[in-house]
Amino acid sequence: MTMLLDLITGYWWDARDLSNMTRPLYEFLRDQGVSDAGIFVISALLGTLAIISFVGAVAIINIWVERRVVGRMQSRLGPNRLGPFGLLQPIADAIKLMQKEVLQPASAPGWIYTVAPIAFTVPGIAILAVIPWGRNMVLANLDVGLLYILGLSSLAVLSVFMAGYSSNNKYSLFGAMRVIAMLVSYEIPIVAGLLGIVLFAGSMNLQEIVLFQEEHWAFMIMLQPLAFLIYFFSISAELNRTPADIAEAESEIVGGYHTEYSGMKFGLFYAAELINAVAVSAIIATLFLGGWWTYKLDEFIPGWMLLIGKIYGVYFIFVWTRGTLPRFRIDQLLAFAWKWLTPMALINVIVVAAEVLLWNETGWSDWFWIPAIIAINTALCVGLIVFFVKVFAPKFQRFPTRPRFYPGIDVPSLPAVTPPDFARKGGPA
Amino acid sequence: MHSPVLTLVLHLEEVLIVGAALFAIGLYVALSKRNAIGILMGIELMLNAVNITFLGFARMSVSEDPIQGHVFAVFVITVAAAEAAVALALAVAIYKHRETVNIDQIDLLRW
Amino acid sequence: MIEDNGIVIAFWILSATTIACALMTAAVRELVQAVLFLALTFVGAAGIYICLSADFVAVAQILIYAGAVSVLMTFAVMLTPAADRHNSETIFQAPALVLSGLLLAVIVFVVLDTDWAISDAGAFQTTAASLGEAFLKPYVVPFEVASVLLMVAMIGAIVLTRELEEDDDA
Repeated sequence: MTMLLDLITGYWWDARDLSNMTRPLYEFLRDQGVSDAGIFVISALLGTLAIISFVGAVAIINIWVERRVVGRMQSRLGPNRLGPFGLLQPIADAIKLMQKEVLQPASAPGWIYTVAPIAFTVPGIAILAVIPWGRNMVLANLDVGLLYILGLSSLAVLSVFMAGYSSNNKYSLFGAMRVIAMLVSYEIPIVAGLLGIVLFAGSMNLQEIVLFQEEHWAFMIMLQPLAFLIYFFSISAELNRTPADIAEAESEIVGGYHTEYSGMKFGLFYAAELINAVAVSAIIATLFLGGWWTYKLDEFIPGWMLLIGKIYGVYFIFVWTRGTLPRFRIDQLLAFAWKWLTPMALINVIVVAAEVLLWNETGWSDWFWIPAIIAINTALCVGLIVFFVKVFAPKFQRFPTRPRFYPGIDVPSLPAVTPPDFARKGGPA
Repeated sequence: MHSPVLTLVLHLEEVLIVGAALFAIGLYVALSKRNAIGILMGIELMLNAVNITFLGFARMSVSEDPIQGHVFAVFVITVAAAEAAVALALAVAIYKHRETVNIDQIDLLRW
Repeated sequence: MIEDNGIVIAFWILSATTIACALMTAAVRELVQAVLFLALTFVGAAGIYICLSADFVAVAQILIYAGAVSVLMTFAVMLTPAADRHNSETIFQAPALVLSGLLLAVIVFVVLDTDWAISDAGAFQTTAASLGEAFLKPYVVPFEVASVLLMVAMIGAIVLTRELEEDDDA
């Protein structure tokens, strides 16, 4: 017992890196004669426990955050009855979901129906294992961490298909097939966009990428603004969040792949959506926003707290897009991936490769190259977006005279409408 | 330090036998299934078995450059992806004409 | 030889799972379920690769096989709605069974009979970096050929599945 007290009190201040707090425990275990393999297993279990409890807490908190923030954005109150500011609402929701009967379509193949929500939740949790929370605070320091993330996030889509197929419901199957079409399209811009980061950092290890940003004193979002935008749009499509949530569009296909789910099985889908959003926010915070490193700030505030702050900053942007943007149609969404994001990502990769080559060959100092690359890539980002909008975007018409799509169909021209005089009140002309 | 009570050892032969078992299953699936997509599944299983064998050799056998096994495995995966895309496109194209993907009903070239 | 209890245990568990899932792929009667078992087989094989310290190949396997190829297969199954979804066998079932059994017996005999040259080099440290070097230095021609192959496969798939009616308009 005294040992435990020493353990806590002796190191209570050293919360900068939680690995410092566990090291005495491992040293104690080693003194007790536990073998290295045993210590390895114990540390892995501790780390897993930490990740899972973080995920559980985040899922509970984010139900409240999401509903409350979206409510505020849409001029509603959001949940405000249970507890102060409605803080206890998620717990009430969870209790309600657990009590509900889990209905299962009689004609569904049972094991697929049951496994689908579990298989949908696991990748989101497993992604968090490779996120570095501090200088020594990473559960799985994988050399291929970035590929691991990509692989796992592509697994989640198969489980969505399982859910949609096993529900034996046409709306579920519609949702599932939309997800698959979307995945096949959006995988390419995601991979090609992240390639720029790998080229800069020279590694797929997430810790190495954070250390690269620390060494060169620049967030990756400054070096790679285009990759950030591409990744952000593509991943919000993969997450099925609102600008791109055609897989579960309530007004079109009654909730899509989870139409037939109820009770805690639906609860798992709901929680997994929040967990995936947080996992993706963590990836964006690590890859683009410096992870646990924030200029000199991480010497005063523990890195993992900074990372959590960044995660919630990114998560807020996700909630923001959900609260404000309308939903794409599926043809718009797929066209956006193939005609806009993929060519942009490929141009980005070529430019980055040239920059990295010049950087390595010339041997000039970082003080020249980092600002130069920031300038070039920002100009590239703005220029490409302006170019694509000028050339490829459908022209905006306040009063459309003919349908934009299906150009082969002859539509009688609409009667001429006199535009109201907006300029009168000093509004937009 | 305590020495572990028992030491388990994995030999190259065991890896190769696992690969061989997977290959045999894949061969059976590829030879016996009626549906074209089922046959493709068997082929993918065989390619995976080959990859296990390659990586087992790369890990355990004597070689000047053991990364070669990994290089070959990556090429196998690449070719398998290309092959799956073309094969599935073929299945869909055949389906458009014949409303079936069962290979025993696709016999236009038989005689 | 790998002398690490954890890895050996993991290898055998993963091997059992992989082979069981492969058997289910052959045995299950519904095509979509067969595809799902196949995806599980791919994931299990990726686990085996990790046991053989091939982390890059393992993750590429999950990304390409489990994430893309099996999704493509479900897509193909769903795009052929009027076709028979029954994962049944042709009359060649018995010969196929005999042939694959014989093949397995032969390979096992050869594997056990051969005196393999075992190195004690140990696990790889960084496969991703050395793979990159290998691809861009000694294997650059096969690498380029593989990318051309992927390009050809993509164009071929598009041409094969294109709507034929479009030709009349153009």
